[in-house]
Amino acid sequence: MALPTHASRLERIWHYTYLVICTLIFLFLIAPILVVIPLSFNAEPYFTFTEKMLKLDPTGFSTRWYDLLLTFGMTDPEAPRGWSWWTDTWTNAAWINAAKNSVIIGLFSTVLATGLGTIAALGLSRPEMPGRRIIMAILISPMIVPIIIVATGLFFFYSSIGIQNWGIPYLGVILAHATLGIPFVIITVTATLVGFDHSLTRASASLGADPVTTFMRVQMPLILPGVVSGALFAFVTSFDEVVVVLFVGGLDEQTIPRQMWNGIREQISPAILSVATILVLISIALLTTVELLRRRSERLRGMSPQ
Amino acid sequence: MSDATLSPAAMADTMPEQLTTADGKPLKQALIRAQSHARRRAFLLVAPLLAFILLTFVMPIGQMLHRSVHNEGFTWHEDVASGERTRIMANLSQWFDQNELGTEPGEAAFAALAADLVVLREVKAAGQAGTRINYERSGSRSMFTKAARRAQRLEAPFKEAIVDLDEDWLDPDLWRVMRDASSSYTANFYLAALDRTKDADGNVTPVNENRQVYVKLFQRTLFLSIVITFMTFILAYPIAHLLATLPLAKSNLLMILVLLPFWTSLLVRTTSWMVLLQSQGVVNDALVSTGILADDNRLEMMYNQAGTLIAMTHILLPFMVLPLYSVMRPINPSYVRAARSLGATSWTAFRRVYFPQTVPGIGAGALLVFILAVGYYITPALVGGADGQLISNLIAFHMQNSLNWSLAAALAALLLGGILLLYWLYDRLVGIDNLKLG
Repeated sequence: MALPTHASRLERIWHYTYLVICTLIFLFLIAPILVVIPLSFNAEPYFTFTEKMLKLDPTGFSTRWYDLLLTFGMTDPEAPRGWSWWTDTWTNAAWINAAKNSVIIGLFSTVLATGLGTIAALGLSRPEMPGRRIIMAILISPMIVPIIIVATGLFFFYSSIGIQNWGIPYLGVILAHATLGIPFVIITVTATLVGFDHSLTRASASLGADPVTTFMRVQMPLILPGVVSGALFAFVTSFDEVVVVLFVGGLDEQTIPRQMWNGIREQISPAILSVATILVLISIALLTTVELLRRRSERLRGMSPQ
Repeated sequence: MSDATLSPAAMADTMPEQLTTADGKPLKQALIRAQSHARRRAFLLVAPLLAFILLTFVMPIGQMLHRSVHNEGFTWHEDVASGERTRIMANLSQWFDQNELGTEPGEAAFAALAADLVVLREVKAAGQAGTRINYERSGSRSMFTKAARRAQRLEAPFKEAIVDLDEDWLDPDLWRVMRDASSSYTANFYLAALDRTKDADGNVTPVNENRQVYVKLFQRTLFLSIVITFMTFILAYPIAHLLATLPLAKSNLLMILVLLPFWTSLLVRTTSWMVLLQSQGVVNDALVSTGILADDNRLEMMYNQAGTLIAMTHILLPFMVLPLYSVMRPINPSYVRAARSLGATSWTAFRRVYFPQTVPGIGAGALLVFILAVGYYITPALVGGADGQLISNLIAFHMQNSLNWSLAAALAALLLGGILLLYWLYDRLVGIDNLKLG
């Protein structure tokens, strides 16, 4: 927004004050996220910038906290770093195992949420859908209901049906995370289906395609960007979820957020900051993907940016 | 009237009585059938997900709500190993049925109690029954475990024998609590969640002043949520306006600064604030080294309400910016220009022309932020300290530490009721369809 040439002096002052205010607010938004990145390379176990760091002295920085992520929980962290050291890390390091659990739970719950959610969004976007409003409200509610209530409810429910005795690892957490991810899938997929030209499906049907072919060849390519961003949202929701895991997860079902939670509650060490840094980098990658997908979706549907 | 144009009435005359499809079925019926077919198909697409949500979300919450009015601590005992259910306190329950509230417990009542204590001892349920009574009258648990241990040796007259163990067995309040607990269904946990209790005559009264915690906590949750909503509004409005008025290429770039926090793990953001706000943290260090603050006078911004307020404002800010932005973007700038050309100052033009058009966005953002803030758990638990806790944290406390699950469920039910009311309001005013994520 450019300042018009006829602006008075007061308006000019206000305009620049306004820009300064906006900059400060943007700083408030982004600084807390970026500040952990340099701090995670701290050579000392402090949560603040040491003098050496401020002077950019290389000895003030180290990757020891990242190293700790690999060695913590290993049987023999002092062994020479060869093949056996890395297999030890891969099988025993606490953070590596937490990461594996997080990815497994995240993938399965994402598949479940995206599959069910996409099909449901197709139904919800049809004009003839009965009871659309109330059903939509129910399907979005996992996003609105406080997580502690969901976790409490699931704790009782799972213990009453004895889900931990079914012999399927992570099942309870996967189902719960799928539930929490579903609203995001519904929202993003229905958003891409808004303005979807239903005459395309009719045209495909009149040309002899059965409903499955129509879906795979006509609808799916058009809504795919929405489906993928919904899936990413669902994955992030699961990847970041801690309360349900704390309440219903078994003792061996450690995930990254749970490990972080324990780390923060007991003794916060800069190792947490190195995990945080990695997570920030992952979220930057995901955000970029979603942004690119959104643009692609707009281009596909012929919606030029306003 | 010429032959070429027919009036509608004339047209109806020339047409057959009923329109039919090619195979001779009446068109109306065929249409109804086709529509119901389409409706069924649409519903079938949604049905699997609906069933999934009902099973993994609605049912567990319903079951938990049931627990808030249903507690079998004083009525049934379930053996952990065998799953065998035994009725406990049956004799006493019978005595309660036969005698009204306020009846002085006589020898018959104590005889029933003694018989029940023997059962408690047999199935090892004294702790469970005592705990149930203890929820409403503290100090009762040990009375039950102690009495049950000696249950075999109790002899008539039972009243004397039991009172001999503990004078408190004569307390009319204890008998009121046992009477209420002897039926599995009770509303007493809701009373407790609202800082109310019943006196010996069954009248609802406020609890002792130094034990009134829940109403205060609900008030604090509301207050903090309102403050957080207001702060997000104050911070979001200028940047949403900036984003909405910049050319799209630039605003998309700046939008990343709003969306990145949105995509970053909640725990990461909370950790960052812990790092920043600690007394030995970055903010305090910066203030001390620039000389604004004395070293021994560091600000306490963590483990108190300030920590909760700052961190939650930051975390919920994107939920306010996005709805505001989507309302501000389509506002035509010529409205403000017209106001200015008609002689309005820039402040008047903003106040009378621009601001009213953004009110729907403010409503949508404020409701969403408020709904999310009221139920927040993680951030207050980590940075809130003692006085920055919200109602969710107390529910977690009763779930994990005090193990008073019925009270936790009652608190959760009250919170859920409030949230659903706001959610309904949101759907009415904004519409769930308009919920956007970036």
